[in-house]
Amino acid sequence: MHEMSVAVAMVEQVTEAPAGDGHAKVSAVVLRLGELAGVVADSLRFCFSLACAGTVLEGAELLIDHVPGRARCAPCGAEWATGMPPQLCCPQCEGGRAELLAGREMQIVALRHGEDGPGPDPAGPVPVHAKES
Amino acid sequence: MCRVVDLQQAVLVKNDERAGTLRAELAARGTTVINLLSSPGSGKTELLEAELALAASRGVPVAALTADLATEHDAERLARAGVPVKQVLTDGLCHLEADMVRAQLEGWLPDGTRLLFVENVGNLVCPASYDLGESLRVVLASVTEGEDKPLKYPTAFGLAQLVVVTKDDIAEAAGFDEEAFRANVRQVNPGVEVVLTSARRGTGLGLVLDRALAVAAGEQAHRPVMARTGEDAGTDTGTGTGTGTEAGSGTESAHGHTHLHTRVHAHPHTQAAGVPARSQS
Ligand SMILES: Nc1nc2c(ncn2[C@@H]2O[C@H](COP(=O)(O)OP(=O)(O)O)[C@@H](O)[C@H]2O)c(=O)[nH]1
Ligand SMILES: [Mg+2]
Ligand SMILES: [Zn+2]
Repeated sequence: MHEMSVAVAMVEQVTEAPAGDGHAKVSAVVLRLGELAGVVADSLRFCFSLACAGTVLEGAELLIDHVPGRARCAPCGAEWATGMPPQLCCPQCEGGRAELLAGREMQIVALRHGEDGPGPDPAGPVPVHAKES
Repeated sequence: MCRVVDLQQAVLVKNDERAGTLRAELAARGTTVINLLSSPGSGKTELLEAELALAASRGVPVAALTADLATEHDAERLARAGVPVKQVLTDGLCHLEADMVRAQLEGWLPDGTRLLFVENVGNLVCPASYDLGESLRVVLASVTEGEDKPLKYPTAFGLAQLVVVTKDDIAEAAGFDEEAFRANVRQVNPGVEVVLTSARRGTGLGLVLDRALAVAAGEQAHRPVMARTGEDAGTDTGTGTGTGTEAGSGTESAHGHTHLHTRVHAHPHTQAAGVPARSQS
C-alpha cells in the first residue's frame, strides 16, 4: 500500500509549494497520473483523504487526470498506445529501443485555493483536461 | 473567488533526489548499490546468501541490508556468509525509501565496500516506485510463481535491469514454461537479461555478482523502455532521475519518474472557470 506514502508525499509537496501559499486553504489538487505509474487511483483517493486530515488540505478534493501510456520506436517510427499490461516491445519492428512518450506521470499539476470547498464546479463536472507540458 | 496554481511537481521527487544524492555519494566512496525485489518467498535471501559467500571467497568486499516488516531472520541467515549484514525493520511499511537506506549506512557501512546489496521488502508493487540509489535493480521470480508474473507486475518487471528466475531445480515439477516467461518479460521490458538460478543446486550462482561487478566497474546497466521517459528519452546516456553529480556511469538511475519542472506560476481564475476544465470521459 504505497499509495499512503504517495498521498503523504503529495500533501508534503503541496504544503511546501514554492508558490508561497503554504498556509492558504486548498480545495482541490489536480494530479496527473500515468497508466504505468504503478498507483491505484481508488486506493490513492482513499489514502489522500486520510493524509489531508489536519492540514491545509483537509477536505480537499483529489482530481485525477489519467494519462494513457504511449510509446514511440525511434528506429522505425512506430507510435502506439501501450495498453495494460503494457506492450513496450515495438509492435512494428519488434525492437526494444522504444521510449515512453507518456504513461509514467505522477505529478501535481494544479492546486485550487478557495473557501468554496470541494463542491462540484458550476461550470460542469470535475474532470480536468490534460494540460500540455 | 478561487485561484488555481499550476505546478509541475513530481510527487516522488524528494525520494528521487535523495536517491540521486546517495548514489553519487556512494559512488564517490567506491560503493555500488544493488536493489533486489521480489514477492515474499521467491528466494531472495537464499540466493543472496550464496552470492555473498561467493564474493567473500573471492575477496570482493560486499555488505548487505535486508528489509523486513518485522523479523530479524533474514539478517541471521545472510550473516552466515561472513560479511557485514544489517537488518532494516520497516515497521509495517511495504517498501524501503532512499533516506531509510541512508540512515542505515551511517556508522555501519565499512570503508572500501565495493557492492552493497539491499534485499527489499517482499512485495512486487510498492518497492518498484522507489529508487534507493541503486545502480542495478534485480527483480526475481521463482519458477512456482507462474509465467504471467511479469504481466501482473509490469512496473516491477518493466523497470528491472536484470531478471533472475529462482528455484530452477524444481522447474520441471512446477511445470515452468521458460519460453512463455521470457516472452512476457520481453513484452514489458525488451532487452533485459533473464537468467536462471537455483540456490539449492548452485546453478547460475555468481551471475548476479558478475553483473553487479560489471556495473560497479562502469558498465552501463540495461535501460528499460519504461525508464526511457521525458527529456532523456532516446539517448543512451540519460540520467533518469539522477540529480547527483556525474561520477561515472555507475551513478545513473535507470528508473526515474517524470522530472521536476520548477515552472511554477499562479494566475487568477473566476469561480466559473475553476480548474481548466472541459467535459471528458
Ligand atoms: N527448491 C528450492 N527452494 C528454494 C530455493 N531458494 C529458496 N528456496 C526456498 O524458498 C523459501 C523462501 O526463500 P527465501 O530466500 O526466504 O525467500 P525471500 O522471501 O525472497 O527472501 C525457503 O523455504 C527456501 O528454502 C531454491 O533454489 N530451490
Ligand atoms: Mg528474505
Ligand atoms: Zn520499431
